[in-house]
Amino acid sequence: MTTTTLSPGPTELVSPHRVSTALGGPVRNVWSMTRRNLVHISREPMQLSDVTIQPVLFTVLFIYIFGGGIPIPGGGSYKDFVLAGLLALNLVTSTMGTAVGLSTDLHEGMIDRFRALPLWRASVLVGRSFADLLTSCLCALIVAVTGLAVGWRAGASVASVVGGFAVVLLFAYSLSWVAACVGLNSKSPESAASFGFIVLFPLAFVSNAMVPTQHMPTWLKTVADWNPVSAVTSAARNLWGNPNPSSDLGAWPMQHPVEAALIWSVVILAIAAPLASHFFRRRTTE
Amino acid sequence: MTGDRMIEAEGLVKNYGSTRALDGVDFDVPTGTVLGLLGPNGAGKTTAVRILTTLARPDAGTARVAGFDVAARPGEVRRHIGVAAQDATLDGLLTGRQNLVLVGELCEMGRTAARARATELLEQFELTDAADRVLKGYSGGMRRRLDLAASLMTRPPVLFLDEPTTGLDPTSRQRVWDAIRVLVGDGVTVLLTTQYLDEADALAERIVVVDHGHVIADGTPLALKESSRSARIEITLSSPYPGAAAAIAPLVTGTVQVTDDGRRLSAGVDSTPGLGTLAVRALDAAGAMVDDIEIRQPSLDDVFFALTGGHLPSDNADTDTDADAPALDAAGERPSELEEVTV
Repeated sequence: MTTTTLSPGPTELVSPHRVSTALGGPVRNVWSMTRRNLVHISREPMQLSDVTIQPVLFTVLFIYIFGGGIPIPGGGSYKDFVLAGLLALNLVTSTMGTAVGLSTDLHEGMIDRFRALPLWRASVLVGRSFADLLTSCLCALIVAVTGLAVGWRAGASVASVVGGFAVVLLFAYSLSWVAACVGLNSKSPESAASFGFIVLFPLAFVSNAMVPTQHMPTWLKTVADWNPVSAVTSAARNLWGNPNPSSDLGAWPMQHPVEAALIWSVVILAIAAPLASHFFRRRTTE
Repeated sequence: MTGDRMIEAEGLVKNYGSTRALDGVDFDVPTGTVLGLLGPNGAGKTTAVRILTTLARPDAGTARVAGFDVAARPGEVRRHIGVAAQDATLDGLLTGRQNLVLVGELCEMGRTAARARATELLEQFELTDAADRVLKGYSGGMRRRLDLAASLMTRPPVLFLDEPTTGLDPTSRQRVWDAIRVLVGDGVTVLLTTQYLDEADALAERIVVVDHGHVIADGTPLALKESSRSARIEITLSSPYPGAAAAIAPLVTGTVQVTDDGRRLSAGVDSTPGLGTLAVRALDAAGAMVDDIEIRQPSLDDVFFALTGGHLPSDNADTDTDADAPALDAAGERPSELEEVTV
């Protein structure tokens, strides 16, 4: 470069930092971080496939392959039964992205760059979780559209149906903070990814999401009935007016699925969010 | 700020597990100057930078940047510094422009201001053509330039450059040097770490050499060179003169080497004031005619070797632009100067 065009002009010793209000700075930081993570998702086709192709594939596979073979206790069609479960399955497994993304940032030194900037520290985590929530919304939309295309119908008011989606999204959001804890403690992005297969898939499958729990062995059925994913799925089924065979079961969460889903989400969030921020501080203190 | 010192480090100690990375390091950088922090790999340079940029806390000692204590007021320190780390920490999935705007926004520049500043810097660093390409496709030199640009988004008065040219080809290196010189001309205070002696020589007003967590030398490049005893005098005579070596012997250290044709003499010397004059007088008195006399100051390589007891900085032979500095061969040994003279 030529030195004549390089001159940035006299250095302003007063940096052009905006005087931020008490909340304005953190809010802008979080928004910048959220946008950054959204751009990431759009650049990584494989990462995006978790929330685009996978929901379509799962929806079609489960409905056409298992649909005919699984009777629903209490009646109703499998596709009306399974859609809430598919939504939960897709959103739960996609939280793996949070773990992998944070782990990648730590390993590529990106977090160091952020830490030397005058920003609200937690915005790294909060921005990440918001971006993941937005992609979860996209995922939910794709599941809904695919479901409608193959014949799923909700039998409730619009408000109730939206409420059903909100319950599942809130749960996925709280779970993304658990994933953040995992990402912040992983040795590498690859080991963060294995979290998905070891924890998230069993969590999603040992539940009433894909099949009614009535036919499971007793011990497994007990686990499934108390699995937060079952509560979330049942809540969505009730709010959507879809068949919910679990409502005949005695376990408290199956009798009060909406309350149980909300309690699970809030409790997980209340534990995982402060824990993630603790791990973040520990991981970035030297 | 204390007086006109923009960076002050006092008794910095930092342990990583059982390794003592810094063991009582002191230095300061006056406003508007460049300090070169020099040392082999693992000497503690990066640790010092991490403490000064608030990324690490010292186990003992204090440091102030732009007048703010790094431990007590890290937020204020961060508002006044730009950091270009050695492993260019930019977002590989964003474009060059998005990276700069992100850094600007996180520094609470408005979006419009951040965009304008990004455009300006991209142009200055000749990255306009690549501005909207994803960073993954950038070359090492382009990344490094973008990293430097990112550290300048808020026009910080203090800049930390951790090995800014490591791994760059000579052309890219020269561009980064030019950029740093312009910044210094504008009054920015720079702390530069480097393994390249010629880089410190070219850019820094003052050099601090660290090794094993200690400061082992602190001074101007010239003072460091003068403190070394490895200067050499080289004399070319009009015709061979047998008494010449004896005539200058009292002025030099060790023996005087004479070439086969008897016209060229060389010897190690201490940096004595007026050495050139004394040598010419002595030769004149002995009746020898002098064509050429040169007192070669030691290069920083020589100084570095003397100070660190011969353990090597990274291989800089291929990028060494200092003609005076003997290149390091693969075995890490300087070629004998005697051979150069006598061949």
